[in-house]
Amino acid sequence: MVASEIRALFAVASRPEVVSLAGGMPYVTALPLDMVGELVSELVTRRGPVALQYGSGQGDPHLREQICDVMRLEGIQAAADDVVVTVGSQQALDLITRIFIDPGDVVLAEGPSYVGALGTFSAYQAKVVHIAMDDQGIVPESLAQTIYALETAGAPIKFLYTIPNFQNPAGVTLNIARRQQVLDICQRAGVLIIEDNPYGLLGFDGEPMPALRADNADGVVYLGSFSKTLAPGFRVGWALAPHAIRDKLVLAMESAVLSHSSFTQLAVGQYLATQPWREQIKTFRELYRERRDALLDALESLMPPEVTWTRPAGGFFVWATLPEGLDSKAILPRAVAERVAFVPGTGFFSDGSGARHMRLSYCYPEPDRIREGVRRLAGVIEQEMQLRDTFGTGSVREHSGVDTPGPDLA
Amino acid sequence: MSELGHVLVLAGGLSYEREVSLRSGRRVSEVLRTAGVDVETRDTDASLVPSVLADPPDAVFVTLHGGAGEDGAIRSVLELLDVPYVGADPDACRVAFDKPTAKAVVRSVGLRTPESVTLPKETFHDLGATVVLGRIIERLGLPLFVKPARGGSALGASIVRTAEELPAAMVGCFAYGDTALIERYVDGVEVAVSVVDVGDGPIALPAVEIVPDKGVYDYAARYTAGHTEFFAPARLSPAAAAACAETAVTAHTALGLRDISRTDLIVDADDVPHFLEVNVAPGMTETSLLPMAAEAAGQDLGDLCRALLQNAAARARA
Repeated sequence: MVASEIRALFAVASRPEVVSLAGGMPYVTALPLDMVGELVSELVTRRGPVALQYGSGQGDPHLREQICDVMRLEGIQAAADDVVVTVGSQQALDLITRIFIDPGDVVLAEGPSYVGALGTFSAYQAKVVHIAMDDQGIVPESLAQTIYALETAGAPIKFLYTIPNFQNPAGVTLNIARRQQVLDICQRAGVLIIEDNPYGLLGFDGEPMPALRADNADGVVYLGSFSKTLAPGFRVGWALAPHAIRDKLVLAMESAVLSHSSFTQLAVGQYLATQPWREQIKTFRELYRERRDALLDALESLMPPEVTWTRPAGGFFVWATLPEGLDSKAILPRAVAERVAFVPGTGFFSDGSGARHMRLSYCYPEPDRIREGVRRLAGVIEQEMQLRDTFGTGSVREHSGVDTPGPDLA
Repeated sequence: MSELGHVLVLAGGLSYEREVSLRSGRRVSEVLRTAGVDVETRDTDASLVPSVLADPPDAVFVTLHGGAGEDGAIRSVLELLDVPYVGADPDACRVAFDKPTAKAVVRSVGLRTPESVTLPKETFHDLGATVVLGRIIERLGLPLFVKPARGGSALGASIVRTAEELPAAMVGCFAYGDTALIERYVDGVEVAVSVVDVGDGPIALPAVEIVPDKGVYDYAARYTAGHTEFFAPARLSPAAAAACAETAVTAHTALGLRDISRTDLIVDADDVPHFLEVNVAPGMTETSLLPMAAEAAGQDLGDLCRALLQNAAARARA
């Protein structure tokens, strides 16, 4: 790992003076914390000997049943036996990558894609090939063409990694028609799909989208998480996998950590059993919708007209595109000096592209802070446009490598 | 030497070098604790002044880099609070932190420093970048070294080997500051000479030679363990080593610095040191140069830091 300038700048962004539109932290303050406190206390008092003991590598059986109830909201019919509880869905991603990837193997991913996944793929020396995405999600034609080109070249494709709902970082959602096309293309090509869905229940309009896994139990590994619907501090996520993969995941899990924490698994189980968790998710949705609106309104009224952005229908993120000749990574120091932070787009590509993009998150700051942040950012972008006009558009530099920010930004 | 009560290490701040500063602060606190000093570490936020007023420390070790830590601002506040601290006073800091000004001062006492041009971004905007940059290349030649006039850790700094690279280097530089220092690049051995003064006059520690594995001592090379090879003491002839030591002490004195400083130099093929810049709050991290120099001199870093604090405390009582 290289000590990157970007990480150094984020060290400043964590200070309260800075409006951070960079973080991906859920607003856990919206949870009834006294209730969580009681629940944990009761757990230790009543079930301490179990909660403080080793558990099974696959995870607490009762929690796995409950996880199946949660997934049913997205049309997934699954058996608890096919669920593996992991340390956040990030660990599931790590284990799957460990199982499938030999150095040089190809992983397909949206361009842009989740920085934490790119970091994992890079750690196992996978070669990430990006698939084009527009405001309706993955472009099926691009997926088919890329698979064809790679197969023709003899490159071993191990899986497609996709975040179909309110994607991190782009904020876009794969539409219904394309879901079927993506499933068909991958099935025909024999390409496994890793469906990462941490934000699926945080949609602002209507019912949750049906998961890809709902229509294909054999070709999809589904990754879920309580990090956004409850709290990331519990570090409880899961993988729902076809039998053969599930078995390998359990072995990999045992060799990595023996077992997940019984304590946090039982706490989450207790929460789901005794608390109105669907109501809590609704509270989160309303909170994030208000913040999304604040961000979109502020962008609309304050940004220079040359800047464009996506309009997410859920989740945490807006993906903005800067005018020609601007480089979001080069802008970050000036933005931090003006006390606002974002994540430069280059971190979300494995091939160094993305310089004209930035991820803006609205999940953590209060609405008035979001507006203030956008006001500062707009000023910085205007200054940068002036600098571009002074020195010419050829002054953008090459970038390379994945810049992985800390967990509070992932 | 007098006994120290509790001391305060200031680290963090809102400069670009916050992360480095936090690492420096941790290191200094750790070695001071090992040396038996009662240490408290604090960030510079709204709680600082009230807490210092409520419980004044015997002395402060400032490990804030860049911005407020080195431009004299935080030291002015410490003066207002009547708290002794290690390092140069605010006026000297202001001069040293502004690289073009520091260069002018050391040049006036006979030191060599690369020829340079200093320009704010408005000049390029008002007069046109192409003509001004073209003229700079004609005057200084290539390669050039571009860096912000203020700031450290090589943030915003880059080597320019062709005319085509210059506009991008300028934009990269202006990301970190509004004024750029464009210097003729001097080829040679890069060394850093730390100067310490625990009350008996400024003494140069052995020069540390810097050999980045990718040729450029940039941010990553500075703070990633193993990315740069260091030689302490530097592989210089005795005459060149002596010239470096003398140059650093001369710069320290001419700039009116106090207690601690680090001067960065390039030693050319004729063994002549060229002054690049001086740091009034040198990095103290595991990969920083002053701690390596102290080790090369056989000095325990904790003892050195404690002696500097004792000297600052004694100065305040005098």
